[in-house]
Amino acid sequence: MTAVDDRPAAPAEAPRRRPNPVLALLRNSWRQLTSMRTALVLLFLLAVAAIPGSVLPQRGVNPEDVRDFFTAHPDLAPLLDRIGAFEAFSSVWFSAIYLLLFTSLIGCITPRLRDHIRALRAKPPAVPKRLKRLPQHAVVPAPAGGVAAIAETLRRRRWRVMVRGDEVSAEKGYLKETGNLIFHTSMVVVLVGVALGSWYGWHGNRLLVAGADHVFCNTRQQYAEAKLGPRVGDNLPRFCMQLDEFDARFLPTGQPSFYNAKVTVDEDGGAPRAEEFSVNSPLRLDGANVYLLGHGYAPVIRYTDRYGNSQTSAVPFLTNKDVGLTSEGLAAFPDANVNPDTGERNPDLQVAFDGLYLPTAPQQPPFNRSEHPTEENPLLGLVAYRGNLGLDAGIPGSVYQLDQRQVRNGRLTEIGSKELRMGESWTLDDGTKVEFLGTEPYVVLSVRYDPGATLLLVSSVGLVLGLMGSLFFRRRRIFVRVLPAGSGDGSGPPGGGSPTGGSSLVEVAGLPRTEHPGFAAEFAQLVSAIRGDERGGEAGAGSGAKSGTGARGGAE
Amino acid sequence: MSALSDQVVSIATLVYLLAMISHAVEYALGSSRVKTVAAPARELVGAAVGAGTMGGADSAGGAGPEGGAEGAATAATRAERTARRAEMAGRIAVAATALGAALHLVGLVTRGLAADRMPWGNMYEFVLTVSFIGVAAWLVVLVKVPSLRRLGLFLTLVMVLLVATAELVLYTPIVPLVPALNSYWFIVHVSTIVFASGLFLLGAVPAVAYLMRAGYEQGKRSFPYTLAKRLPAAAGLERFTFVLHAFAFPIFTFAVIAGAIWAEAAWGRPWGWDPKETWAFISWIVYAGYLHARATPSVKRNVAAWLAILGFLTVLMNLFGVNIFFEGLHSYGGL
Ligand code: HEM
Repeated sequence: MTAVDDRPAAPAEAPRRRPNPVLALLRNSWRQLTSMRTALVLLFLLAVAAIPGSVLPQRGVNPEDVRDFFTAHPDLAPLLDRIGAFEAFSSVWFSAIYLLLFTSLIGCITPRLRDHIRALRAKPPAVPKRLKRLPQHAVVPAPAGGVAAIAETLRRRRWRVMVRGDEVSAEKGYLKETGNLIFHTSMVVVLVGVALGSWYGWHGNRLLVAGADHVFCNTRQQYAEAKLGPRVGDNLPRFCMQLDEFDARFLPTGQPSFYNAKVTVDEDGGAPRAEEFSVNSPLRLDGANVYLLGHGYAPVIRYTDRYGNSQTSAVPFLTNKDVGLTSEGLAAFPDANVNPDTGERNPDLQVAFDGLYLPTAPQQPPFNRSEHPTEENPLLGLVAYRGNLGLDAGIPGSVYQLDQRQVRNGRLTEIGSKELRMGESWTLDDGTKVEFLGTEPYVVLSVRYDPGATLLLVSSVGLVLGLMGSLFFRRRRIFVRVLPAGSGDGSGPPGGGSPTGGSSLVEVAGLPRTEHPGFAAEFAQLVSAIRGDERGGEAGAGSGAKSGTGARGGAE
Repeated sequence: MSALSDQVVSIATLVYLLAMISHAVEYALGSSRVKTVAAPARELVGAAVGAGTMGGADSAGGAGPEGGAEGAATAATRAERTARRAEMAGRIAVAATALGAALHLVGLVTRGLAADRMPWGNMYEFVLTVSFIGVAAWLVVLVKVPSLRRLGLFLTLVMVLLVATAELVLYTPIVPLVPALNSYWFIVHVSTIVFASGLFLLGAVPAVAYLMRAGYEQGKRSFPYTLAKRLPAAAGLERFTFVLHAFAFPIFTFAVIAGAIWAEAAWGRPWGWDPKETWAFISWIVYAGYLHARATPSVKRNVAAWLAILGFLTVLMNLFGVNIFFEGLHSYGGL
């Protein structure tokens, strides 16, 4: 794009104001060669460094896949983990590359910004001595109004014009560099926005089952998974939310077609109010946004123990990601079989049910896969366990899975399995009873706060607009010198008289400062505008104009 | 309607194939009135002999003796006839490309009507739309700069490959969009991505042609370079490559940003390094590298052209590879 820099000999350019041209040249070459090349290499490295992050599973994207990878490659995985391959985009090597790139970027735009501001303030440079050597050149009869008319013509075409005696210098297309600088600066701002988000932002994921029993209030402890930026305090914005209704519709194929969650929210002690949200239209609260990421069923299971005490559980069953929403979960009753008279707790009489829920069970066994995500033929398969669930031992376990170690070492025994339809019950060997009462929907929510978002949006707009300015505008200069009558060649020293009338000639030259294939055409048009062709130029038009528009078409 | 769409797309593929063959014939025959006057007879006959095979230009030197034996006058009339035939083949090729594009469009529109939405819901539809944008942009270019016609050989080759892959490998029956795709930003994001990708597709053609032609102009006469014998001058190809990319890059930038805005609404984060997002990032960086390389005088134009081609490979990777190899949030693309 830098046609000017490609052309080693553009000697006709006006002398810069810099004291030492050699130094300036050195500085310029340093800027062009070193930085741009460095930037290029770093850009390339950045592209290459992004590849592992797409090939290997990433914790931030899908932690289960990372776990699977560890199981599949027990030798390789720890090694890769040590070099941060599973968090590639926050790894040392990735960060190093983009930080270097942004350093280079800042080092690159700061001097350009300064130069550009200077250029914006400066007047177009003086007309060079030997206009003939510029890529575009023409000698035409002077228009009636002389220098003033020429300047006016150029100004009307939105050139920035400077008149010095008999000479006119004009320049246009400053927006190119302005755009370029806005673009590159916006990139720095994007990075700042990302940094703000990761320092001051937080997010957490959780499941929310419908109903008043399952109200969720925004505290750290309420999240199954949460990530808080290092600068986030302990106090998250206060709000509570209850899922009132969840509406999911599906096509006959099982593909979802519509989701809607109805909730009651109260923010910071305010009055509860009804809200709705969905995929693609999150709930925007003060200081947090709530996104709907998924949904499923929580079977409602009632267990009546030996003493006739009942407990009810509505635990969300996790879906298998299959079309039919086949879901698995665990209904645990650690407080079962506590003697109501003595309050004595028998840790070996805890009960749990490992469950498989099929919203639409097939007509025939095997009952292991749901055929449709809606509850057309709901069936709950339960496997009952009795014994010590191992919850007290302080071993971290998942709420959604049975602690298999307890089963293996015999503290927990399987006591049978059964398929239940809604409303059915099953009496176990010890006379206790389990009932499948129904289901409640649950939703998977992501609650987030990202203080950098606005900045990201603003800088993105700057990015696109700046880029367009940078790519679509072109910087170029026009020089005009009114020649004293009779001197047909432009190399002579400019005459000091006041040229008016048709007897004199003007010499016009053009210099594209950036690649500009259409410049020759634009120049030719300008030249004819200058001589006043469009509005039937006056007296002088016909006379000495043999030289015509001798545009040297040499630009491109 | 859906079946109609499928049939029309199949016919379009065949028409593109016809266009490609015609371009190949034009290529092999050579044209250019210049030659009928100036070039030695030997070369002319060589070109005539080579007609019909795609690599005809290779055999240019082979038929020397016979050429010399015949009179210069017969050679000239023959050459004229050959030139006329080449011209004819070229026109047929362009007409076929236009017809193919028209059918292609009908296929897309009927598909969209049958699905009652924009035809961008899965990979099959996506590739069809991208390739249509490519060919449509090509036709616009042809109207403006007819001298680039010979690049049509490369373009139609790419078209045949893409559309045939879409039909044979990626084909999926029509289904409505999943709720996550039901958003205005989806339309904005996907339409601009498709548009930019189509332009990148078109941009890769002169980039390849430039590399071949530049080599030819430097005197290389081995295999791929000889194909460039009848291409337009390297400098023009290079500038054309740049114009297309300079046009496509801001659109692509905008598309990626629109995707981030949509991702914020749908998934709660503007950017999450999902494989599709990662490869879009890679493409963006590579094309930024191309623009930088081209703006840096000390970097050879060849390097820039290679970066443009690399950029298109990353676009292809995102179109095909990511859906096939990786699982991510974008996996609705579905194979
Ligand atoms: C964060 C990485 C960067 C990206 C993504 C990037 C992207 C771009 C893009 C897309 C252009 C094309 C716009 C145009 O041609 O006017 C451009 C131009 C330019 N960039 Fe960068 N850039 C980056 C870093 C840098 C750095 C570090 C430098 C300084 C060495 C730099 C200097 C320039 C210059 C001087 C131009 C204008 C070229 C010209 O038009 O003559 N950029 N950049």
